[in-house]
Amino acid sequence: MSTLHYFVFSIYPYIALSIFLLGSLVRFEREQYTWRSESSQLLKRGNLRVGSICFHLGIISLFATHMVGLLTPPEVYHAFGLTTEAKQMMAIVGGAGLGALCLAGLLILLHRRFTEPRIRAVTSTGDKVLLLWLLTTLLLGLASIFVSLGHLDGHVMTLLGAWAQHIVTFRSGAAEIIVDVPFIYQIHMFMGMTLFVIFPFSRLVHVWSGFGSATYLTRAWQLVRPR
Amino acid sequence: MKIRAQVAMVLNLDKCIGCHTCSVTCKNVWTSRDGVEYAWFNNVETKPGIGFPKEWENQEKWRGGWVRRSDGKLEPRQGGKMKILANIFANPNLPEIDDYYEPFTYDYEHLQNAPLSQTPPTARPVSAITGQKMEKIEWGPNWEDDLGGEFESRSRDQLFNDIQKEMYSTFENTFMMYLPRLCEHCLNPTCVASCPSGSVYKREDDGIVLVDQDKCRGWRMCISGCPYKKIYYNWKSGKAEKCTFCYPRLEAGQPTVCSETCVGRIRYLGVMLYDADMIESAAAVENEQDLYEAQLKVFLDPNDPKVIEEARRQGIPESWLDAAKKSPVWKMAMEWKVAFPLHPEYRTLPMVWYIPPLSPIQGRAEAGQLGMNGIIPDTKQLRIPVKYLANLLTAGKEAPVISALDRMLAMRAYKRSEVVDKAPNTSVLQQVGLTAAQVEEMYQVMAIANYEDRFVIPSSHKEMVEDSFNEKGSCGFTFGNGCSGGTSEGTLFGNRKHGSDIFVDMPKSRRKAKGG
Repeated sequence: MSTLHYFVFSIYPYIALSIFLLGSLVRFEREQYTWRSESSQLLKRGNLRVGSICFHLGIISLFATHMVGLLTPPEVYHAFGLTTEAKQMMAIVGGAGLGALCLAGLLILLHRRFTEPRIRAVTSTGDKVLLLWLLTTLLLGLASIFVSLGHLDGHVMTLLGAWAQHIVTFRSGAAEIIVDVPFIYQIHMFMGMTLFVIFPFSRLVHVWSGFGSATYLTRAWQLVRPR
Repeated sequence: MKIRAQVAMVLNLDKCIGCHTCSVTCKNVWTSRDGVEYAWFNNVETKPGIGFPKEWENQEKWRGGWVRRSDGKLEPRQGGKMKILANIFANPNLPEIDDYYEPFTYDYEHLQNAPLSQTPPTARPVSAITGQKMEKIEWGPNWEDDLGGEFESRSRDQLFNDIQKEMYSTFENTFMMYLPRLCEHCLNPTCVASCPSGSVYKREDDGIVLVDQDKCRGWRMCISGCPYKKIYYNWKSGKAEKCTFCYPRLEAGQPTVCSETCVGRIRYLGVMLYDADMIESAAAVENEQDLYEAQLKVFLDPNDPKVIEEARRQGIPESWLDAAKKSPVWKMAMEWKVAFPLHPEYRTLPMVWYIPPLSPIQGRAEAGQLGMNGIIPDTKQLRIPVKYLANLLTAGKEAPVISALDRMLAMRAYKRSEVVDKAPNTSVLQQVGLTAAQVEEMYQVMAIANYEDRFVIPSSHKEMVEDSFNEKGSCGFTFGNGCSGGTSEGTLFGNRKHGSDIFVDMPKSRRKAKGG
């Protein structure tokens, strides 16, 4: 196991999560005026609606399924009668479907952002980097499905899950688990972890607010404030 | 009974000359920044016309305001809370910038830098969004000024509902009026109700509706929620912005900039007391045409000792109660009933009211071409159809508008008999149910319109809502993060607020080839 491998898969995850959490907190506390979704809908609607809905539904479901899939220990899903092979099939089919939905949406949005003169004019470099980073991560994830089709017994999936569970439970030896996992998974993981690093410095912070807006459902219609 | 006070406005359309001074001074103060250069917190429209943004009154298209469900409850026309959240990724009812207009400046630099040529140089329009030259300006904030454009386009005006509009396309029958518009600072605002992050709010002590710039996340539901389209999306900062009712001025007892600079002296500001517990039921009355009267019932009489006592008990400052008694808004809306809310059918209970305009009939009436209704001319034969005004101010109910116009005509007839004929004609007043004393006061407030009669604004009692001591030595208005303007250009967390980009170094597209 190389030092680089150890750093990326045993230390970097904690750096990424720290920047993600502390960075979000600091930005919320110090620069809330910059905290927004940066919608460009006003400048040009075009096919934003179909693109944005596909992309958002896709990426939110992908995030949720990654969380559930990676962090559920084998004993738990075995107890529900789900075999490792069946879960591998679910991951492949579900991932391919949601990934395709997300990819379609992202391509529509990218096309709109780079071809529409008004949108191009207001797009910052950070935005371009973020979108292309998401696209690369997504394409790597989709490409890894073809590798997964070569080992339907799900042993790679089990290793990846064990790695994630080691990380979130602060157990040592996480990097060792995935030494022999094919490179495409590893690069996808690195790209994915880096998204957490980018998160507080980009418009991605609006994800927090998106979930936070659920409180809207329980509040009164009108808001009156003293000042 | 929950008593609250609000600073409300009345605009006397009978005196508006459409000079746009209000819009320009407002723009210079509030929206001469990147991202909101297209936004006009105050604008003046020529009616009939589709207005700014295009067809803002067409709620079938934009889905602003409230609807009354079959169970008698209200919900925003754009949908309930679940539906609003479901549309958060892309708002299907949001106007595009072209519905307002693409903001532009001109390539003035070229006039100075152009090389010697056969023809004089021109300053071509430049988009303020892209910085690119624009082929042609297709629309602007005031495209229909003084009936600009063809009738076919302007006739999409929603106020023509239930009117045989074709006859008004002819030159002989054409009519027009000005409609200055700003945020209505509603009692039941749909923008507040539509905001998923809870950033839009109504201030308790003076009723001003504001956007908390720090809390706004740019979900842009308020923009489609507001039926007047008077809340705007700043495409640069990604936040919603709106008319602030010049709250820093009001707090100091000064009128808003639009009111202060109005050369026609058409604007009035005064305190209204209202019962906040009655808002919900008043906004939800079944028949749209009853909404105007329902809103009148929400207001509380500032001269009623019981109201005064209860208001004092609930902590309304004495200076505000005094101002409420002298409020020109109370007089025009409640005592004389000459002012009306803008589109009460949106169920927002707006607080910027309008006095309908008279149109030239007196001369024709005396020439025998129009019917006379007693001594004053028959209001129903006004050049501007009463139905048109009623569609604007009373959800189509003509009687209150006719009564207001009659009273204004009676005031003129009475004052003419007094000043010109030296024989005050009180019978004309009986016809419209006014006393001579009332008309004298109407004349003083509406015709003479002295500064102190138009603006009765108590300074705010900040000490009652916040610890003023902590304000000592603090900065005024900033975009977040306290006083620090920062020393570096950008920050890790995106662009800071900065001044406007000015397009000075334009490519000289018409530069002559060397030796050509």
